[in-house]
Amino acid sequence: MTAKSTHPRAAARRWAAVACLTATALTVAGCSSQADADDAAASGAPAAGGKVSIVAFSVPKPAYDDLETAFQGTDEGKGVEFSASYGPSGSQSKAVAAGQPADYVGFSVGPDLTRLVPDQVAEGWDSDAHEGIVSSSVVVLVVRKGNPKNITGWDDLVKDGVEIVTPDPATSGSAKWNILAAYQHVIATGGTPEQASDYLTQFFQHIVSKPDSGADATTTFTQGTGDVLVSYENEAIAARQKGADVDYIVPDESFLIENPGAVTVESSDAAKKFLEFVTSADGQKIFASHGFRPVADVVEPGTVEGATDPEKPFPAVKTLTTIEDLGGWEKVDKEYFDKTDGLVTKIEASVG
Amino acid sequence: MADTLAPGRPTPVAGRGRGGRIALRTVGLAYVAILVLVPLGIITWRALSPGLPAFWAAISSQQAITAFRLTAEVAFASVLLGTAFGVALGILLTRYHFVGRRLLGVLADLPMAVSPIVAGLALVLVYGHNGWLGGPFEAAGVDIIYAVPGMILATTFVSLPLVLREVVPVLQEVGTDQEQAARVLGAGGWHTFWRITVPTIKPALTYGVVLALARCVGEFGAVAVVSGNVSGVGQTQTTTLVIAERVQQMEPGAYQLAFVLIVTTVAALLVAAHIRRKDELS
Amino acid sequence: MTTTLVETPVGATAPAAAPTGARAQRTGAPLGRASGLTLGVVMLGLSLLVLLPLAAVGAEAATNGWSGFWASVTAPAAVDALVLTVTSSLVVTAVNVVMGTLLAWVLVRDDFPGKRWLELVIDVPFALPTIVAGLVILSVYGRNSPVGIDLFGTRWGIMVALLFVTLPFIARTVQPTLMAFDRDTEHAAATLGARPRTVFRRIVLPPLVPAIAAGAALAFARAMGEYGSVLLISGGLDKTQVSSMYAFSLYESYDFPGAAATATVLLVVSLVVLVGFEIVSHRAGRRG
Repeated sequence: MTAKSTHPRAAARRWAAVACLTATALTVAGCSSQADADDAAASGAPAAGGKVSIVAFSVPKPAYDDLETAFQGTDEGKGVEFSASYGPSGSQSKAVAAGQPADYVGFSVGPDLTRLVPDQVAEGWDSDAHEGIVSSSVVVLVVRKGNPKNITGWDDLVKDGVEIVTPDPATSGSAKWNILAAYQHVIATGGTPEQASDYLTQFFQHIVSKPDSGADATTTFTQGTGDVLVSYENEAIAARQKGADVDYIVPDESFLIENPGAVTVESSDAAKKFLEFVTSADGQKIFASHGFRPVADVVEPGTVEGATDPEKPFPAVKTLTTIEDLGGWEKVDKEYFDKTDGLVTKIEASVG
Repeated sequence: MADTLAPGRPTPVAGRGRGGRIALRTVGLAYVAILVLVPLGIITWRALSPGLPAFWAAISSQQAITAFRLTAEVAFASVLLGTAFGVALGILLTRYHFVGRRLLGVLADLPMAVSPIVAGLALVLVYGHNGWLGGPFEAAGVDIIYAVPGMILATTFVSLPLVLREVVPVLQEVGTDQEQAARVLGAGGWHTFWRITVPTIKPALTYGVVLALARCVGEFGAVAVVSGNVSGVGQTQTTTLVIAERVQQMEPGAYQLAFVLIVTTVAALLVAAHIRRKDELS
Repeated sequence: MTTTLVETPVGATAPAAAPTGARAQRTGAPLGRASGLTLGVVMLGLSLLVLLPLAAVGAEAATNGWSGFWASVTAPAAVDALVLTVTSSLVVTAVNVVMGTLLAWVLVRDDFPGKRWLELVIDVPFALPTIVAGLVILSVYGRNSPVGIDLFGTRWGIMVALLFVTLPFIARTVQPTLMAFDRDTEHAAATLGARPRTVFRRIVLPPLVPAIAAGAALAFARAMGEYGSVLLISGGLDKTQVSSMYAFSLYESYDFPGAAATATVLLVVSLVVLVGFEIVSHRAGRRG
């Protein structure tokens, strides 16, 4: 550690090093926040192009990926930039409520969207022709290829040794649809509420895994957990499209899944146009190609790869219950999923 | 991590006997091979066997490239902060005497005992929407959670002790003789720091920085909590988060991206080992 | 890494070969203006980054009072997760104590071509991203295992993943201590007729205990908090859910008090065991 060059030069070099480091640090920080600031500015300005931040539940990611590209190919969508975040419906909804930036939100169940009214989503989001619904499906039972456990309907799920995979109702919207379908199938076949509760208790006892989201549940199942996955029909079709070795059964009694979508209060024009595109015939065709049942009946789904019968991808369900039949989401959410008194909450707690 | 062996060390036997030595060596090598090498080999095969086009597609997508850039930005900023803290703390803890010195040392080391998920949660509780300091930041228009600054904080949190732990033993070992001499000769504190202290700790410091860099590049749990998982414009998905999404969405590319990170990790370790060896030899 | 975890690096048990310089560190200089200012800045930074956030976790856990905290902590899923986490971490640490010491021995006392590469390979799990480690473990021990071992959704799978990520800790803390070892006593004992095993147990091992304890503390802490590497192999089953995963799912459902309660318990348990390692290390250090 001998004395080096003369003091002034050494000092200058030292300060240069410090200055460089500080400058670099500031630049890095600046670049990141500048990029964010640019995005923030762009999302507000209705300039040519514009930006749309999608916050949605996990299941329709493949559909939205295609919808983005298709929209960017239209006149209205030219130059529009997208960002997207996918996750469990409930968590994503709460994230937006907690400040995650969003221009377009799409969730699995109604309550996840109404939670954002009126702070993030304006009243009247559901007053259009489709009542705010952008995609729909039905609850199905996904099994291993060849159906080794011979599952034909809901009652087979509570047979000895059958292991069920279904998402966690605390975070996932898919979970709620599944549970309602499981419960309602008893009522639909003439059973009493007591019998339905009994069935649901057994159903919960057979659950071996409760992943956070619908997509998570599919992955968990395809990686080898469980004998049957309760999920959306479109999720089953999408899994088969991705090469998973699974079959699915559309049970005789099922529930109509309706996924709401809306633009947020501060969203750009581009987001509004995107929403229009999503609910248009073209948009619905794209949804259909990914296994969703078109919201508008006039849309012909065409051939859907991955469906059990690609030519007739969406068989009619014998008894299809809808959320309207049960009195709407506000009533259902309180009755079934209330944190303390909900029917399902109590059953879940009793099973432990 | 500790130093490498000095070269040219004679083969010691120390009463173990040749048979015992071979046995130990075999067990050790087999354990490491089975636990580390075989899995790394399998995943390399899984990453490369779909072929070069698939590999290229996986690492050249917009999401991947943005993720690489973001990972580098966050890691770089975090390492910078961690190094500044680590060096300052190291010197304060070993060269000075003040009330609460022990406590400060514990506080600085604490992140090693904290799960990354807990780290993320802790930061959300302070800097999030309803957090203790969330209000002022939101009012000022600064996004921390669900944005890059939050990710930098999270990554800095988990890697904070790494540089410190490398620097402190060296500072302790080396002693203050030269620094005291410099002071006697009239050198100021800053001058002493740059000319005497820093060169002493430079090998250990560089080693610590490389390790911290590898750690920051690979952070997953903490950023999973604070990032919001956004891809596209204004992406907050680092490479690790993209890998997780690929696995979860059953999309291709997870293995290929993982392979890129493995190569980066091994490269960082090679650099670190090289630094250590140079230090040993000098 | 010769310092133990919780105790400040300054007061830690120094390695066997601590040079004379170490003695001068005990006192240290009083704070000057520049150092005082630096201390202030550092304290501010640490408060904002570490102290405040961890305090917030404790506060959040207490939002619903003691009864709320207790209810969260004694929920069956919480208890199962904690038991799994603690037992797995202890088992893995125990295995590492043996294998880590063995590897350190091989690295220091043995010589063979490619030994440098052994060191590198041992270090890989430390620097590897946890999610990549998880993918690595899954690709070997998942359902499509190329070696025919299916540990998907089992506790064994969790433990293999933890063994992977904690491999380097003890080996690398024992290595420098072993290297600086004074061999005279060993040679004397051997000359006097002591068997290798006895020499190891009575002469070599006791001074290594502090280093082993230091590494064990690091390994244990890492195993307790591990998330990314166990996520995939766990298969989403309730019985393979470790505490970090449980806390994350509570966070995702925005049950912040619950998540904070789990986090607090995890932290407290970790620290208690780490203090235990500290005590062992000190006792051994004193006796030796």
